[in-house]
This record gives sequence, C-alpha cells and structure tokens, in this order.
Amino acid sequence: MAFFTEELEIKNERLGDLEPMSNLMNGARILLECLVRENVDCIFGYPGGVTLPLYDVLYDHPIRHVLVRHEENAAFAASGYAHATGKAGVCCATSGPGATNLTTGLVDAMMDSIPVVALTGQVTSKLIGTDAFQEADTFGITRSCTKHNFLVKDINELAQTIHEAFYIATTGRPGPVLVDITKDVLQGQAHYTPVHEIHLPGYKLVTEGHAGQIRRAAQMMWEARRPYVYAGGGIIAAGASGELQDLVETLDAPTVCTLMGLGGLPSSHPNFVSMPGMHGSYAANMGMYECDLLIALGVRFDDRVTGRLAAFAPHAKVIHVDIDPAEIGKNRAVDLPIVGDVKKVLTKLNRHLKEFAPTMQEERAADRAEWWQTVRNWKEEHPLQPVFSATEIKPQHLMYEIDRISGGKAIVASDVGQHQMWAAQFIRFDEPRLWVNSGGLGSMGYGLPSAMGAQMACPDKTVFAIVGDGGFQMALPELATLVNYGLNVKVIIMNNGYLGMVRQWQELFYNNRKSAVELSAFPNIEHLGAAYGIKSRIVHTPAELQAGLKEAMEENGPYLMDVRVSQYENVYPMVPAGGAINEMVLAPPQPVAVPK
Amino acid sequence: MLVTLSILLENKPGALMRVTGLLSQRGYNIESLTVARTLDPTLSRMTIVVDVETRLRPHLLKQMNRLINCLQANDLTEGPNVVRELVLLRVRAAQENRTAILKEAEIFGARVVDSSVEGFALEATGDGEKLDEFVAVMATYGEIEVTRSGAVAVSLEPKKLRLSPPVPKAQGEPAGTVK
Repeated sequence: MAFFTEELEIKNERLGDLEPMSNLMNGARILLECLVRENVDCIFGYPGGVTLPLYDVLYDHPIRHVLVRHEENAAFAASGYAHATGKAGVCCATSGPGATNLTTGLVDAMMDSIPVVALTGQVTSKLIGTDAFQEADTFGITRSCTKHNFLVKDINELAQTIHEAFYIATTGRPGPVLVDITKDVLQGQAHYTPVHEIHLPGYKLVTEGHAGQIRRAAQMMWEARRPYVYAGGGIIAAGASGELQDLVETLDAPTVCTLMGLGGLPSSHPNFVSMPGMHGSYAANMGMYECDLLIALGVRFDDRVTGRLAAFAPHAKVIHVDIDPAEIGKNRAVDLPIVGDVKKVLTKLNRHLKEFAPTMQEERAADRAEWWQTVRNWKEEHPLQPVFSATEIKPQHLMYEIDRISGGKAIVASDVGQHQMWAAQFIRFDEPRLWVNSGGLGSMGYGLPSAMGAQMACPDKTVFAIVGDGGFQMALPELATLVNYGLNVKVIIMNNGYLGMVRQWQELFYNNRKSAVELSAFPNIEHLGAAYGIKSRIVHTPAELQAGLKEAMEENGPYLMDVRVSQYENVYPMVPAGGAINEMVLAPPQPVAVPK
Repeated sequence: MLVTLSILLENKPGALMRVTGLLSQRGYNIESLTVARTLDPTLSRMTIVVDVETRLRPHLLKQMNRLINCLQANDLTEGPNVVRELVLLRVRAAQENRTAILKEAEIFGARVVDSSVEGFALEATGDGEKLDEFVAVMATYGEIEVTRSGAVAVSLEPKKLRLSPPVPKAQGEPAGTVK
C-alpha cells in the first residue's frame, strides 16, 4: 500500500515537470540544478525509499550516476574522485542504513582533508523523531564525521545550502560536508532562483599568510645550514607542487613527502629523498633528526611521521605553514608559524628567497654540499631498494614492476596495510594527484572503490588498485560495479594469505602469537573473475609476473590479478610505535618490547 | 585547569551540539554551560566552564573558532572580566531558625523569593566561591535543595568581532542547457 502511494506521488511530480519553462520545480530538480552549477559530472550512490524523487530526476539527466554496491564504497569512490581531480567528490545515500554506511568514508575524508559532498535522504519532516522506517539521526551521527553538516527541512533553503556545502568542502582545509534532505523537501515544489552569494560569517578563512612572517621565514631559510623540507597533503590540496619545486631548488634543500604528500614533489626530482615516518627510509628519517631547520608545509606532524615527539627533529627550528590555525603547534612547538594557503604563501616566500639567492646561494654552497653529502651517505648506508628472489615473488618486486609500467605517471589507489607501505616506498609519483590512499584513518576496503572513483574522473589514465587479500575482500561487491561501468581498473591483489601488517606487529611485539590474522579460504580469483566476467589471473612465480602485468595492461577494462607473494615478508625500515625516528629497525629484528 | 570560554554562536539547530561535541570528543568534562539569545535573535551567547589541560588551552580555542556556526570564541579565564552565577536554594527551616536564615541571606545579598511554613526559597548571585559558601551556610540550617545556573561571564575589554564577508558564487551552466 505504501509503495502504491509512493508511485502516485512520483506521477504527480512528472506532471509538474511538464512545464520546463517555469522555474517552479521540485526539490530534487533544484538539487540537480545546483549540482550542475557546481560542475558535478558524476555521483556515486545507492538509491532508497526517501531518495526516490532524486533518482527520478536523475533518470534522464546528464549527470552520470554510478551505482555502487555498498554505500561505504560510494563515499570511498567520491574520495578517490576528489583525490584524482581536486574537485569535490559527490556521494549519495538514502536515509537510515544508507546514511550510516557512509560514515566510515566521511571520517576517512575528514582525516585526509579530502573534499567530499555527501547527500543523504531523510524521512519526511513530520516523521522525524517518530522512529519512522529507515530513520536515523544522520545529522547527529555525522556531526563529528564531517567538516560541517546540514539538515534541510525547508525547500526554500535547499539551493543555498547545497552551494554552501560545496563551498565549505572545497575551500580552506578541504573536508567532507553532508547535507541531509527530508523527503518532503525533495518532493515539494518551489521557485528556483540561482544563488549569487555565499555568506558564512563564522567561516574564518585565512589564506594570504602574514607578510612579516613570510619575510622572516625566508631569512631563517637562508640562515639555516641544514634546511629540510617536510611536505604533506596540503601541497597537493593547494595545488602548490610547482611552488614547492621552486622553493626546494632555490634553497637546494633535501625534501621528504609524507604519505599524503607523495607526488607533491616529483619522486624523480633530485631533491626528493623519500617518504619519512614509521616506514619511511633511513635517509628520510635521519634527515628529520639531524636538520637544523624543518620547513613543514601542509603537514600535521602525524604520530606516524614523528614517532616519539620528544625525539623528533630535536636540533631543528620549525617553520610551519598550514591553512588550518588549529594545526599550528598542535603536536610540535613551532618557531615560526604561517597560517595561510600554502600555494599563496610559497609564491610570496619564493620571491623573498630569490631576492637574496644571488648572494646567499654562494654563501651557503659549502653547507649544502656537506648536508647533501650526509644525506647521500645515509642513502648509501641503508638504501630503500626492492628485494628480489628467483623462486618467490617478493612484495617489493611486485611494486617495482608496477612502478616500471607506471613510470611515475599512473594513478595508484592503495588499500591499507603492508602493500600500502611498499607501494609508497617503491612506486614513483611524478605528478600530484596520482597516489590515492587512506592515510589518516587507515580504512581497509578503500583501495578498490577509490580506484573506481579515480578512473571515473580520469578515464584516460592507467589506474591500479593495489590491495591486500584482506582489504580486497572488504570491497568485493564492487567487482560488479567495475563490470557494470566497464571501469578500466587493474586490481592487483598482493596476496600473502595474512592480514600482514597486523601479523607483523604480532611477530614483533606479541611474541609471534598470530591471532586471527590468517586469511584462509581466499576465493579462486580465476573462478571469481569468471563469475563476474572479469579477465583474471593468478600469478605464482617471479617469471610469470611481467607477463601477467602485460596482460593486465593490454586488457581494455577491469582486470583481476592475484599475486601470490612471499608470505612472511615484513615492511622495513620500521619505527616502532612510540619510538624515536632515528632509531629505526632496519631489518627483521629480535622481538622488541611491547609498545605502550 | 578550569577554563572559562565565551562563545558567540549562530542560533541554529545543532550549533550547541557542535560545541559540546567538540569538547566531549576530546574527553573534556564540562563544568557548566549557559546559553541564551543575544540582542540579535539569530545569535546565542554561551559561557562554558570546562576542565582542560593547561597546554591544550590555546588549541581548544582554535578548535572552537574552526566551527562554522561559531562567530567568536574567547578565553575569559584571565584578564579583566566579570563572572557571575545564580543559585536558587530551598531551605527547610525550623521555626526557631527563620530569623537567623534571613540574617545570613542578607549577608550574602540573597533575596527571598518564596516563604512558606516549610521554609524559604532564596536567590543569590555572585562568583562561584561566594555561592559555595552561601550554600554551605544554608545547609547548616536544615535540608536544602539547590539549583545553580552555571557561570555567565563578560569581558571588560571590547573583543573585536571579525566576520567573514559574503563571497560571490561562481555560476555554472543551468541544468536545462546541458542536454
């Protein structure tokens, strides 16, 4: 009976649509009108009862809708889309379970500062609070999962709210914004007037950077004998790669890019050292430890980078540039803070640096030569290099082969775990927005759906989804989406039969008691691929690896590759949690003390 | 340490939740919280007393200011300011104590808001410590029931309110033309 009423309502809406010249439209159409004006070309979503009006207008609308197979993956895909483009990724879910399923993806986007706009349906206004069918307090639940969220109960506020959501998601420090829209708003009729102005009096954006501080920063940089650039996701978000490159070249400073910042400085750039942190290279971490000036750009001094804070960059003065004032001094005291958009700040900073460059470059030449010699020595002492074996595929070997194909140009979306670290260590990214991964939240299941999003955004790019056998199974339903939309994603499963990263910690810190980490009963990928109609292959030996990857590259569509790697390989170097970054474990060690 | 924050907030649904959520999310316990409309009915003024580690104090203020519904957050713990609280107290008083209670009330500047054979209802304002004493004194006379408002604070120096101006919205193509 209920469904019948719903159909009647839909018919009435269609009648309303017979007057295309009028600007009287239903809420769903107003919503789409706003999305088009935000240049949205693609939505990742899953329909349901209260979003029916929206899906009805989407039916013959030019915005593409990608039907994912689970709402969590809609949020991850939107995040992948945003990673690859810098535009807001859009996902959509129905009320209740649809909305709650989005939350992991929202927190993920929050932690990594990724612009995502989530649209959720809500039960009709007058039913809110009655425990109606598929009702959940989405507005309350997602308060802490988002940069900001809205509940729209009045159709006259819809257009303004949608544009505010995009504005908040994409400006300042980007992040997820959720708009919860009641069904009566989607169904109701109102005159649509384009929005000309965004007015958020409490949304404090500081973008320019303090001129005096910038001048002082330039001075400090020339004064430093061992300057070291620590660049993060902020560089990617601000589109400041060019400015960063300019800065490190003028200063001739060694540079590390964090997990979120990979590609901010091309991996092939001579000044690029590698990734720092828990699984960063020896040279990258020693540089952090020994530098006398740490130039932190768009980073948040994450615990996975700093290790024990007291022992982090102990000899260094710190310059910290970030757009979010709340990040300044959060973990590490800063000698010179600059709040602003890192692109704008670096543009000005580079001007100041160059003013003095003619004299200072010469004056600092001897210091730099010495500093670089030290860094080079570290690199030679403990180089980050892939491991090969004639009999089994080493995970590092797999990443090395993918890197060879990519040549620093492919999009690589990674899941979470050992493979993520090896990918970050061994795959080069010579442009920003190629490396897609869940850094802050570490959400398993992220790799495959985010690769879908990136592929939708950049159909001409080669897209790899590098996943473990654990995370792959979390995202399994999306194989159907790959087939459904013919998405050209190369899914590379680094299969070691374990939840490798957890096992690594059990080996090192829990007396090697491997508890609940063995993933038996992994499906036969060739059968699985056949079931979905995806070309697939299991690769057992190093000899087959290149041929397998070649076949994957030749396939113009999704491809599944199950790569059986050596089971017990672990990721090194490693800074044990709470350890100092200069005290890395460089190779399989004796068991270490249990971490706090 | 106990920190007193004064927050100017947009009077919108959920705005209060964002402030309290921010505190609970970081494990801070709220000692008191008052909120009411300002002269401008679209805004509310909140005073929060919250227990925060000293070194995290500046950070908390930045987090508050990051809330989009928060127009201004100030730390009034130090500096020239006035903090007041209201207490409403019912004391059950035996006949022979009534005069003494009224005398004590007068000393604390409390007003009688209700008087009955059972006892009195009293109203007092002041800073927290003074009210603590008042309550302690009254408790000696008999059974009491107390409701406290929590602190309200005002800074004695003007705090500059910086609001973001409206920004023009870039216009994309209307949907009708894309087909």
